[in-house]
Amino acid sequence: MAQATRDEVPPRTAPEPTYGFPAGLWRGLGRIPVPPPFHPRTWRSPLRGTWLTSVFGAVLLVGLTIVVLTGLMSYIAYGPQFGQAIPADVGGLHLPFFDWPTDPSWFYRLTQGLHVVGGMVLTPVVLAKLWSVVPKLFAWPPVTSVAQLLERISLLALVGGILFEFVTGLMNAQYDYSWGFGFYTAHYYGAWVFIGGFVAHVVLKFPTMVRALRRGPHGTGAFDRWLHDSPATTEPEPVDAHGLAPVDPGRPTLSRRGLLGLVGGGSALVGVLSIGQTWDALRPLAVLSPRGQSYGDGPNDFQINRTLAGSGIDPAALGDGWRLRLTGGTGEVSLSRSDLAAMPQHTAVLPIACVEGWSTTRTWSGVRLRDLAALAGVSAPDNAFVQSVETSGAFARATLQANQVLDPDALLALRVGDDDGGPMADLSPDHGFPARVIVPALPGVHNTKWVASIDFRRTGAT
Amino acid sequence: MSLWRRLYGANPLHLLVLIACFALVGYVVSMLWEDPTWLALLIWFLGAVIGHDLVLYPLYALADQPLRLARWARRRADRPVLVPAVNHVRAPVLGSAVLGLIYLPTITSHGEDALRFTSGLGTAGILENWLLVTGVLFLGSAVIYAVRLGRAARGTARPATHA
Repeated sequence: MAQATRDEVPPRTAPEPTYGFPAGLWRGLGRIPVPPPFHPRTWRSPLRGTWLTSVFGAVLLVGLTIVVLTGLMSYIAYGPQFGQAIPADVGGLHLPFFDWPTDPSWFYRLTQGLHVVGGMVLTPVVLAKLWSVVPKLFAWPPVTSVAQLLERISLLALVGGILFEFVTGLMNAQYDYSWGFGFYTAHYYGAWVFIGGFVAHVVLKFPTMVRALRRGPHGTGAFDRWLHDSPATTEPEPVDAHGLAPVDPGRPTLSRRGLLGLVGGGSALVGVLSIGQTWDALRPLAVLSPRGQSYGDGPNDFQINRTLAGSGIDPAALGDGWRLRLTGGTGEVSLSRSDLAAMPQHTAVLPIACVEGWSTTRTWSGVRLRDLAALAGVSAPDNAFVQSVETSGAFARATLQANQVLDPDALLALRVGDDDGGPMADLSPDHGFPARVIVPALPGVHNTKWVASIDFRRTGAT
Repeated sequence: MSLWRRLYGANPLHLLVLIACFALVGYVVSMLWEDPTWLALLIWFLGAVIGHDLVLYPLYALADQPLRLARWARRRADRPVLVPAVNHVRAPVLGSAVLGLIYLPTITSHGEDALRFTSGLGTAGILENWLLVTGVLFLGSAVIYAVRLGRAARGTARPATHA
């Protein structure tokens, strides 16, 4: 019976495209009979259409903007003014430089958590968006004007950029370095290729998106209906010049509400199983993340980004003979660990947040960096260069900004504990014993472990 | 203006925006011009597009066909299907697949050596966790399906007055 009424529906035909110069060529191409997937009847989902794509587009416009900006902010957090952001020289491709703040202490945890977990949560939406526009990839004729030719080329930057960024980002956060190139350089420049495609796409498509969202899925402006439709009552979107709605729709097996629920549910699922890597209370939920695991060693039970074994340090160098050297003043100051422990100790509850997206809050106690600066005879340093006993790795040293040295919670930590008043213990060898830096809102790897020396520098004086 | 439109196919702003896009991409390319790994970068960039558009997309589009066939095969001439099962299969499959895709390196232990060097941790048990999550998704979907089916059956059984 339903079949009978369906047959009465007038045929859906795509409007004749407006051809640019040379119109004859494009029109001629369009007349060539083509097999699937180039034939428009290949695409039969009754849900595809300008409105649906606009819904995904609106979500990604907001979501990807956040992911892009927080990613670019991470570059600033690494201290490009000291040449220690990677890649070091990016020409004009960066946000305006500013001194990364130390307050709030959870700032990097927030920005980088948004970047990594946000990217993971958006993965289903990106896939859904690409699904919704796939007929355009195989549209025939492939080009109808010079304008469209250029726009299709720019889509390579958009689609290639987003896929490249997601693939490299997800692999890097899971220690899979199979590419044959350096992650930071690839992910940073890949981001700018994506930004080029993204900005152009948003400028060109924003009016279409707003118009489609205003009109609703049936072109009537009636928004309420799609929320209540069942698969049986779901009608395809009207065919328009954008070429997304099907000319030969199949019977709906899923309502629009169902599809958006499926995509949103996928995002929620990914979010629930990923947020635990950066939210301590939810850590047990991060069952698929390499960083959801526990070390089970009490106060030192938090994630390690460089093991002592991996650092290549001879453990004997961290024994009783270890000394911290402070320079920058008139003379060199040398301190043993018991000298440090005899100095005024300060305790601070601070998160440590990794660029890979995991973070945790710990209680740290040790000597304030500004006390060490004063001891070295440089009470108002412009920056400080911290060197680890480790010499080989890229993060065996870090330069700290003045605000990062002088913050009252910036420490050379000796002891650590959990975040709610549990027992404290000496740092474990893997966490930087005898002493490590911990600075509010500093990217994890710049909180140098196994500190050997700190040079407090006055840029005016040198 | 209309001559421009006829020649180019869109308004001049369209061209300006795209030139800006190509200029930015060109600038990025110039920054990477002498990078010794440019070929690997290019391969992965294009590979990501080909991998999605011509491998991953066709795979999941084809994977949906058996479901549509099953739906067609289960159709009844005499009475309609009470609750379509197709989305109760699609939802857990998609949930499991997207998790598998996102966490693929960890699930397959592909980054395990680097992870162990970095953190001292392995990936043991994570494949099993993914299988468990998959099982929970399918079970949850099946329970919801059974509840809907039961409700629908009761709903149709009560007004069983058709002679």
